[in-house]
Amino acid sequence: MAPILELRAVKAFYSQSEVVHGIDVAVEEGGMTVLLGANGAGKTTTLRAICGMVRSEGEIRFAGQRLERRSTEAIAALGIAHVPEGRGTFTGLTVEENLRLGAYARAGRPDAGIGRMFGYFPILGERRRQQAGSLSGGEQQMLAIARALMMSPRLLVLDEPSFGLAPRIVEDIFNIVERIRREQRVSVLLVEQNATLALDLADHAYLIETGYVVLSGPAKTLADDPQIRRSYLGY
Amino acid sequence: MTMAKSVAIASAEQPAAATRNGAFVAGAWRSTGALVLIAAAVALPFTISNYHVFELTQVMIYAIAVLGLNILTGYNGQISLGHGGFYAAGAYTAAILMHRYGVPYWATLPPAAVICFALGVLFGLPALRFEGPYLALVTLAMAVATPQLLKYFDTWTGGQQGINLIKVQAPAFLGIGRDRWLYLVVLTVLLVAMRVAANMLHGRTGRALVAIRDHPIAAAAMGIDVARYKTLAFGTSSLFTGVAGALSAIVIGFVAPESFTLFLSLSFLVGSAIGGIATIFGAIVGGLFIEFVPNIANDISDAAPWAIYGLTMLLFMYVMPRGVVGSLAGLMRRVQSRRATAGQGLEEQKRRLS
Amino acid sequence: MHQLLQQIFSGLAAGAVYASLALALVMIYRATDLVNFAQGEMAMFSTYIAWMLVNVGMPFWAAFSLTLVASFVGGMIIERIVIRPVENAPVLAAVVVTIGLLLIFNALAGWLFTYTLQEFPSPFPDRTLFGALMTTRDLGVIGVTLAMLVALFVFFRFTATGLAMRAAAQNPESARLCGIPVGRMLAIGWGLAAAIGAVAGIMVAPVLFLDPNMMGGVLLYAFTGALLGGITSPIGAVVGGLIVGVTENLVGAYLIASQLKLTVALALIVLVLVFRPNGLFGAAIVRRV
Repeated sequence: MAPILELRAVKAFYSQSEVVHGIDVAVEEGGMTVLLGANGAGKTTTLRAICGMVRSEGEIRFAGQRLERRSTEAIAALGIAHVPEGRGTFTGLTVEENLRLGAYARAGRPDAGIGRMFGYFPILGERRRQQAGSLSGGEQQMLAIARALMMSPRLLVLDEPSFGLAPRIVEDIFNIVERIRREQRVSVLLVEQNATLALDLADHAYLIETGYVVLSGPAKTLADDPQIRRSYLGY
Repeated sequence: MTMAKSVAIASAEQPAAATRNGAFVAGAWRSTGALVLIAAAVALPFTISNYHVFELTQVMIYAIAVLGLNILTGYNGQISLGHGGFYAAGAYTAAILMHRYGVPYWATLPPAAVICFALGVLFGLPALRFEGPYLALVTLAMAVATPQLLKYFDTWTGGQQGINLIKVQAPAFLGIGRDRWLYLVVLTVLLVAMRVAANMLHGRTGRALVAIRDHPIAAAAMGIDVARYKTLAFGTSSLFTGVAGALSAIVIGFVAPESFTLFLSLSFLVGSAIGGIATIFGAIVGGLFIEFVPNIANDISDAAPWAIYGLTMLLFMYVMPRGVVGSLAGLMRRVQSRRATAGQGLEEQKRRLS
Repeated sequence: MHQLLQQIFSGLAAGAVYASLALALVMIYRATDLVNFAQGEMAMFSTYIAWMLVNVGMPFWAAFSLTLVASFVGGMIIERIVIRPVENAPVLAAVVVTIGLLLIFNALAGWLFTYTLQEFPSPFPDRTLFGALMTTRDLGVIGVTLAMLVALFVFFRFTATGLAMRAAAQNPESARLCGIPVGRMLAIGWGLAAAIGAVAGIMVAPVLFLDPNMMGGVLLYAFTGALLGGITSPIGAVVGGLIVGVTENLVGAYLIASQLKLTVALALIVLVLVFRPNGLFGAAIVRRV
């Protein structure tokens, strides 16, 4: 099966400095790929390069289309839903308004989609008229993911969804994401520091260090790799 | 020690020595250059007509005023749309001292400086509560109020009519005209002002002001007395602009409320931005802009000169959003940093190989 | 007492005009963190367009509507061509650009239409109501402003574009990730602000008489009202504008006439700001460190 997202020799720049030095990444259609690595490795910059938020060089292909030089909103309209670092919820708007915005790029009424999201995330349904900024961290993360899914995306890009959340909540969120992936047939590109959970769910994994891919392969293989186990899994 | 490592260390040492040498040479160049410029500035008025001398004197007066604004808004980040008010305060202080009390013109500068400093501090204290657009409004209110207050307190200010002053004469023994003498006086004050500003802004005070502008909370956390420095910035800024105002009263020989409208305050801000808000030399560029561009605009279009003036402002901001001097300084910084990182890239590669 | 009510009511009518312009200022500030100093002159220019249309015989409300559309388009064009180059530049550069725009519009109006004061027709009959308590003109101005505010409220609360604009103003990056064309939202915002300004200009022109300097004082009061209400709050803009209008009238009637009226009114409002430095409804500018 052809990968739905392919990066070839991609360099990415954070302001004036080059922080990603020519990496190759592929996400299989319908699969979950995870980018692992320490802080400052360039994982977030890679995601931002995919969505046209930072300057990049090299080839980025999504479902056969080249993404370089497109604006962020155009890339979103192609079917890539990006949940950024820090969630990026519209804190001044209500939960329901946040969800409606997720459906901006899709034609038709968003009400059915909203109902479906409340099915996956019942807590959001309870808080539909609440200001997003007053939600807890875990609820905001769910809202961010739900908003991304309102787009009916082909590719879901998640940047550190577990950041700052209690382990129980993280597990809940990951279970829902896995469920959605199977039911909605969404491909997932995940950036995570929580390697254990990520390697458990993902199909394929890349280890990124200071802007280079140093290891890549099936998630199971990497989970057994002694280097990974020592550095990232803690045993 | 491997070959790679020793090469790495050697090339790391070289930049330091080169910089030391380079700094010395650069400093020598700068001092010579400065002396040449000053000599040229002193000689200049004797080569051009009296009217042009008067215009250049006005440019320098505006430069001092804009320098005051640069200190407050550029280095300390407190926006002021009301500096015309401080300018007026200085001008009327000088005028009233000369007109009512017969104080010689040169002796009006210190009192004007002190009074405007006090005014600035008085204004700066409540201004501590305001940020951004709110501070803009408060200073805007001052700018709007100034001509009205000047007309209202007419026993002191001469009201609508203003105050006519006896024209200042040059000392007889020098044998130069009035305009040229005043040019030299203002030039001296400008050079002193720039020196004082440079000393202040390139030292600890300047760093504190900039820290407060960029990261007020971090600055406070580091122990900088934010309130004191902000108030000090207001006072100093007002002092500079007030002295400029006093000089303008002396040079023009006349003060009236019409000269100190909101438009003057906005002109200072525009001049500041065009020259480079957080620079010292930019103030001179700003002064040149305020004085000459309206005249040039008039030459270009008789019907709508202010439209040309406005258009010129737009074009300057599109091409040089950090001002003339600001953009040049930024350009030089980027060239320097590229030279520095060129060395660094080599270090990275060497480290990887070893 | 009767006179007091009269002054308050006519103050509300003036305040409605300030509130409209204040709303335009707040809209642009929320979207771009910029105070558009040219808002008044843009409104003045729109009013001249309406004046020209009425002069060639167009019925008032047709001229009004056409002017609104033209102003909307004009506002969008200005955002795209004049403001976009400095959108990512330091704020001061953008401020200078708006000041330049102010000068350009003022000079252009003076050149095209001369500085002679012109009469501008009011669509409302000249009558007094309730025993000289208020005039139909004042009531009309308040009514038009109210209608405009309701329309704007409905637009922003209940339409997809309105929601997208609010999102783009709050968090442009997240908005882009939702596929929202933030640049276009900005342009629409400027278009709306220009149209709102046109309404303000057309409402005030019959009273102040039309000339290129008509909106200078209005802008000042509008700016004051916007800040009094809190520069980030649309409701604040409206309330602030109304308060400024009433204050100006009361100060002029009871405290001090003529010149110093402006100074005293401003002083009073600055005093309020000393106690509420972020305005009555403004959120404190909270920054993450």
